[in-house]
Amino acid sequence: MVLEQLIAITEKEKKARKEICIRCCMAAGCMSSRGAEIKESIEKAVSEKGLQNRIEVRRVGCMGSCGQGPMVGIEPAGLLYQHVTPENAASIVEGLSGGSAEAELGDPKHPFFSRQKLIVCANSGRIDPERIEDSIEAGGYLTLQHVVSELQPSQVIDAVLKSGLRGRGGAGYPTGLKWGTVAKSPGTRKFVVCNGDEGDPGAFMDRSVLESDPHRVLEGMAIAGYAVGADQAFIYVRAEYPLAVSRLQTAIRQAKHHGLLGNGIFESTFNFNVELRIGAGAFVCGEETALMASIEGRRGQPHPRPPFPAESGLWGFPTLINNVETYANIVPIVKKGPDWFASLGTEKSKGTKVFSLTGKVRNNGLIEVPIGITIREIVEDLGGGAPDGAKVKAVQTGGPSGGCIPVEHFDTPVDYESLVGLGSIMGSGGMVVMDEHTNMVDVARFYMQFCMEESCGKCIPCRAGTVQMYELLTKIVERRGTRNDLEQLEELCDLVKHTSLCGLGQTAPNPVLSTLRYFRNEYLELLNKEVQESGSSGVQEQKT
Amino acid sequence: MKVIKPPLPSEDKRWKIVDAKMRRLGYAGHALIETLHTVQESFGYLDKEALSFIARALRVPPSRVYGVATFYNFFSLKPQGVHTCVVCLGTACYVKGASQVLAAIELYSGIKSGETTSDKQLSLLTARCIGACAIGPAVVYDGIVAGHRTPDNAVEKLEGVIGDGA
Repeated sequence: MVLEQLIAITEKEKKARKEICIRCCMAAGCMSSRGAEIKESIEKAVSEKGLQNRIEVRRVGCMGSCGQGPMVGIEPAGLLYQHVTPENAASIVEGLSGGSAEAELGDPKHPFFSRQKLIVCANSGRIDPERIEDSIEAGGYLTLQHVVSELQPSQVIDAVLKSGLRGRGGAGYPTGLKWGTVAKSPGTRKFVVCNGDEGDPGAFMDRSVLESDPHRVLEGMAIAGYAVGADQAFIYVRAEYPLAVSRLQTAIRQAKHHGLLGNGIFESTFNFNVELRIGAGAFVCGEETALMASIEGRRGQPHPRPPFPAESGLWGFPTLINNVETYANIVPIVKKGPDWFASLGTEKSKGTKVFSLTGKVRNNGLIEVPIGITIREIVEDLGGGAPDGAKVKAVQTGGPSGGCIPVEHFDTPVDYESLVGLGSIMGSGGMVVMDEHTNMVDVARFYMQFCMEESCGKCIPCRAGTVQMYELLTKIVERRGTRNDLEQLEELCDLVKHTSLCGLGQTAPNPVLSTLRYFRNEYLELLNKEVQESGSSGVQEQKT
Repeated sequence: MKVIKPPLPSEDKRWKIVDAKMRRLGYAGHALIETLHTVQESFGYLDKEALSFIARALRVPPSRVYGVATFYNFFSLKPQGVHTCVVCLGTACYVKGASQVLAAIELYSGIKSGETTSDKQLSLLTARCIGACAIGPAVVYDGIVAGHRTPDNAVEKLEGVIGDGA
């Protein structure tokens, strides 16, 4: 592949475009509500009316408002239909040829859409994720071509560093610094790894990105490989995401076929091969050292850092490991320049962040917003508040490693530091809204059960501590707990947090700590009154 | 040293698929998880014979193969029922009532999560999160996701799924 061929494909695609494009969402959410049948029935209606020359029916990725799905969009009219069924899908075509559409019309001007800033998801819901030509028409691989033929690796790293991009997996380590370390680390081989093991329950950003625009991630990885000097990459994706896996397989095959991955990319000396690795259902594999153990075909057990993967990763070689969303940010940064990217977001956290907004909120779905937006704006303006007139009580961010943020702190701008200040974390981007009917102690127990079952068992604080904390929480939820139990729980939280080996154990107490911080009264209300009143019987109970 | 490849466990054509996977990855130790995936995909579960064959073919200790196969939730050492029903217990599904959905299905089927009915018709499983959070509570019937489940419509759908196969 050379630049001329890329341009030729773009031109050919542009010419083939028709007057009207009907976009059918075929990401996992809408697919489960008969998305494929809807597309078929629209296609049938188009051909029955003889409109094939005017109307194109396109499979696209996620349009964001998954809760209102299945979604169908019409371009250039900018119409958006929601809750479409295979039965009323044909009427959408009717609507385009003078008749009226029965399908429910959505509002593309709703804050849910208008307040978003699309960088990572720019192509999501617009291009066909299973056609590389669609990606190329949208400018795909042009940036890789520019990087490979005109930039030095150090210039790429400088651009990423200057952009201020921080790891989107949750910890927020500056991406440029990590790239620089890997580039400088001595090693006969180097690897690039993409972490798509999105294990946080309640989060589906990576799934959406991989299902909607896989080539963006591949291109970002290839640029990373060029910058750090790696020729082999692995993408690690959860087995729970079969559609993302199959679209990635298709994308890798197409990119190889077009010479955009493989040897001598764009007639340079740069080689880059990508292999897919499927996870097998272990939350701990989202931790980078555990993930690499899993790629090596071993149990996903973490090891102490240092050495960091940047120095000694896969098979002991320097390894660059970033999250899906981080790689998806690379192409726009290189293309539009680091200054443009750095102009978005807050002082310390640049750019946008994709969140999956779910739980007790009217508009469920995937959103991409500038970092620094307040939680209130996300939950109330974009999300539309809790359904059925209920009051929102808290929002949970960061999954089992994060915490619950109560409504009185909703005016806090969302960035890495401020969320940590509130006792939660940015995490990979799950936001689960909870309303007044949610029992916070039960939520804490839910997460503790999760961590207990997912603990890999290597270090004792996590393996044994999570079990004990779960037992104590169960006791409290079942109204058998005493003040003594509560004290013991807090003590254990502190111990597990400070002595566990990896992130799983170190952050496992967070949901308990944050609910204790903001909803302590809910714990106190559940304590066994009889035992409390009779003084120290809780202690005696333990001695016997 | 010439490496002797162990013979395939049986004439079953599915072993050829497994062998092709191992060959593509050069019979290297790191192919273990990928190989286990292929065996489970082809046979539905991992039996002792499969595990010891993989250990010999990839030249890794059987203890490691067994360790890996039991470490990951996705692998099953027991045969599954004709139909599978996976209830998602991710956070978003949970706050919207997934535990009631699971309870209703357990009551209907008479088995607990992780079990298979005695007539081998149904295996009931739970998932950490299948990423269908926006349409929760979600249940996966024979690999097909259904969103917005309630205790009633989840059981109703399950009746339909089992009925179809009978």
